[in-house]
Amino acid sequence: MALLSVENLSAYYRTEIYGISRTVRAVDGVSFELKPNEIYGVAGESSCGKTTLIKVISGNLKPPLKVNSGSVSYHFGIHAVDMLHISQEELRRDLRWKEISYVMQGSMSVLNPVRKIIRTFEDIVDTHEGIPDKKRFFEQVREHVNRLGLPSEVLTSYPHQLSGGMRQRVAIALATVFHPRLIIADEPTTALDVVVQRGVLQMIKDIQAMSNNTVLLVTHDMAVHANVADRVMIMYAGRIAEEAPTEIIFNAPLHPYTQHLIHSLPMIGERSNKVSLRGAPPNLANPPTGCRFHERCPYVMDICRTEVPELVTVQDGHRVACHLVKENPL
Amino acid sequence: MLRVLRDLLRYDGRFRFAFILLAAVVVMFLLSFVSPDDPNKTFVVAMDAPPSLDHLFGTNSRGQDIFWWLTFAVRNSLIMGVITAVISRVIAIIVGLTAGYQGGWLDRVLMSVNDSFVIMPLLPILILLGFLLRDMMNLFLLGVILGFFGWPYDARLIRSQVLSLKERSFTRTAVYSGTNGFWITINEHLPFVLPVVFATTINNLLWSIGTEVTLSVLGLSDLTTPSLGTALFWANQHGALVAGVWWWIAAPALVAIILFLGLYLFFASINEYIDPRTRLRLIGA
Amino acid sequence: MSAADKLLDVQHVTVEFHIGGLVGGSLLVAVNDVSFSLDMDQPEIFTLAGESGSGKTTLSRLLLRDLEPTRGKVLFEGRDLATVRNRSEFKEFMKKVQPVFQNPFETFSPLRRVDAYLFDTALNFEMAPDHQTAARVVEEALRNVGLSLEEVSNRYPHELSGGQIQRVSVARALISQPKLILADEPVSMVDASLRMEIVNLFRKLRDEQRVSVIYITHDLATAYYISDRIGIMLRGFIIESGPVEDVLDRPLHPYTQLLKESVPEPAPKERESWAKHISLGTTEVKEYSRAGCKFAGRCPHVMEICRVVDPPDVQVERRTVKCYLYTEHAEPAAAGIQP
Repeated sequence: MALLSVENLSAYYRTEIYGISRTVRAVDGVSFELKPNEIYGVAGESSCGKTTLIKVISGNLKPPLKVNSGSVSYHFGIHAVDMLHISQEELRRDLRWKEISYVMQGSMSVLNPVRKIIRTFEDIVDTHEGIPDKKRFFEQVREHVNRLGLPSEVLTSYPHQLSGGMRQRVAIALATVFHPRLIIADEPTTALDVVVQRGVLQMIKDIQAMSNNTVLLVTHDMAVHANVADRVMIMYAGRIAEEAPTEIIFNAPLHPYTQHLIHSLPMIGERSNKVSLRGAPPNLANPPTGCRFHERCPYVMDICRTEVPELVTVQDGHRVACHLVKENPL
Repeated sequence: MLRVLRDLLRYDGRFRFAFILLAAVVVMFLLSFVSPDDPNKTFVVAMDAPPSLDHLFGTNSRGQDIFWWLTFAVRNSLIMGVITAVISRVIAIIVGLTAGYQGGWLDRVLMSVNDSFVIMPLLPILILLGFLLRDMMNLFLLGVILGFFGWPYDARLIRSQVLSLKERSFTRTAVYSGTNGFWITINEHLPFVLPVVFATTINNLLWSIGTEVTLSVLGLSDLTTPSLGTALFWANQHGALVAGVWWWIAAPALVAIILFLGLYLFFASINEYIDPRTRLRLIGA
Repeated sequence: MSAADKLLDVQHVTVEFHIGGLVGGSLLVAVNDVSFSLDMDQPEIFTLAGESGSGKTTLSRLLLRDLEPTRGKVLFEGRDLATVRNRSEFKEFMKKVQPVFQNPFETFSPLRRVDAYLFDTALNFEMAPDHQTAARVVEEALRNVGLSLEEVSNRYPHELSGGQIQRVSVARALISQPKLILADEPVSMVDASLRMEIVNLFRKLRDEQRVSVIYITHDLATAYYISDRIGIMLRGFIIESGPVEDVLDRPLHPYTQLLKESVPEPAPKERESWAKHISLGTTEVKEYSRAGCKFAGRCPHVMEICRVVDPPDVQVERRTVKCYLYTEHAEPAAAGIQP
């Protein structure tokens, strides 16, 4: 059974200012599932809707963002949760940190800058479960942190005393104190150096392997997905372009956009000529008709300009939205 | 410009209210030109008559119609406020932009002058000046004097904005485009600073009119010219409240409140409108 | 080679910053005894690569004359930049050395039309006497980056894509017909599908316009793709430099090796080895103030001497490495020997 099912989700930003109203169709008709025990990667360029998608599935809906249609439901064991109709209180009390936790780019916002790291742990645990015995709690946290490969000293440090990579790893440790079933990692390594990035991603992989939970890893960096994710979804202009196991995405991509993304990546030791796509990602306030990629697609056909390609399953676990690809009767 | 007015009237309740209040003030301002009475003449109407249809705000103990007299007061106070605002804005912009962009010794010199003005005890100095210049004091001169004292806070505000703008890449782009400091200031920084200038203009106007009231109540301005301040001075001189002529105090107070509230709301809604972020959203960013 | 043959000659440059208050502040050496040079006649793309805090951005500011070195000299066309004092000399210098900045959306004021900058540049550097002739100069520069004046005139930055603005930014830099372009992370904020066109542009500039480019980046993959030579920076030092194939295909310095290994390959085949555990420093401050080699704390081959004295520059074939592993005697005695 899927941990999370998102069905036909559309979420728009509606703004009105001095009579000029705009609707940005940030997420448009997206359906996918997260399975227990996997690392699911979401890839896409800036303003492809991946950040909005995360906001919706983590229940962080604030105007002007509104869900237009679709459903987002979680299945935590026997317990099902409809994310679009849950109260903020329930979300805060029952789900956040305990079932779903969130790691974002630059962890400073979750760590209190004027308190030692252990105090931040105490604050979060205290509001959820209460801490009967501080000494024992410290030991538990220390064990938890050590198990994740972090030295005990970090707990008695202030955030500014730690390096960026260490802070990010502390934020991950914090996100996993309650062993949540889902960790949403939004560009967790984007501002970090490569060596540090590697350390942080290794930690995420280790945690996943240890506790068999699900990690939703969102990043624009395809190379990260190649090395970390089990399955990858490629988003383009608010829609899913392709979804497949990592091996297939990288070795046999079907969507022209995915193909371009993979083939345009430079690699050390290889200098063949790489090119960019023509044009630029579309403005989602006024998206192109038909396939949203058609203006930039090298294989564009007439049908692409008028008809939205459906997301079809070509093979077990491999879905593509492209008119070039015919549905494969399984 | 008309479109801006239309948009604001249509979509901003605050602006609508401010518009009504300020329209009333402007009407008073204009009515001064068709006033039946000369504000310098006394005993042209019955004394101490309460508000009525004949005398909208009543009459005072000097035999003047308070409404018509106040039309001149509003006109004079506003003109003085504008003089102050213009002079102090010009100084604030020049000092703020120059100190912020040029930096170095020029910044240090300008800012020490600036800070000297900030820490000066303004009211005693104004009282002293009012006393020394009492023979030649008129509203125009007072406006100019206030203009020379009203810029330092805003110059600092502008300077601090420029300091952050200076660190942004586009300033460096302009530098490496061979643009000199003057044009960088005008083209790159001024558009970001204008909202502050505008917001502080209205603040400054209010401050100027308010200070005039303070000085007049102390008898330190040109008492022969009608203004919101001198209105209160004369009412006080004649013991209006003791004599029960409450409308003599209430009328200028009411006009002052309408003017202040109108300007404040106007400033608040315009400020939001000309904020660069709003502007960016309007041009579709 | 005499100084006259060099376009840019950086000689033992050091930049120190005081951090902290008036009393008890500490000294941060952001750039430490860095030397390199670019040839006058042979345009090339030279990459300065390093992680955050390696000093690469400080070095770029130094080369743009935004900053002055604490010690050492930067010569441009044989002239010491420290002697460029008045505005007209600085303008002459800017005409020949132009920057391209990192964030396309910050490069131009959001409240100003982008073509205004192009015209400013053409007129200020006297590339054209009037606005009409300037339009031709601007058009020409835009054509070199694959754009036209029509596409950008009267446009605000937000009306263009990141890739387009970055191309406009390169076009602006080209207007004064510079000899050298300094590009500080020019593609790190550009979307992947638009990135390669910017990167390819620098190659084209080198080959067609004969402009040298100093490409400053943390991204070794694009560095490998476009550059001729590379210098790897660590905490203010250039620890390894040479032709990019040598340095990145067969890195010698243990730090370069670690860096290369850590770059995730955009292919799932290396997953296992990439996931091998590495050690990370807990705090950044410790490495700056470390005596001797800054990498000693993390180096798998660390020796006694590394912790004590700065390693010398060692010439290994076509490249220079700052590491005791390549000195003839990896002994304390080697400390004083200059290769």
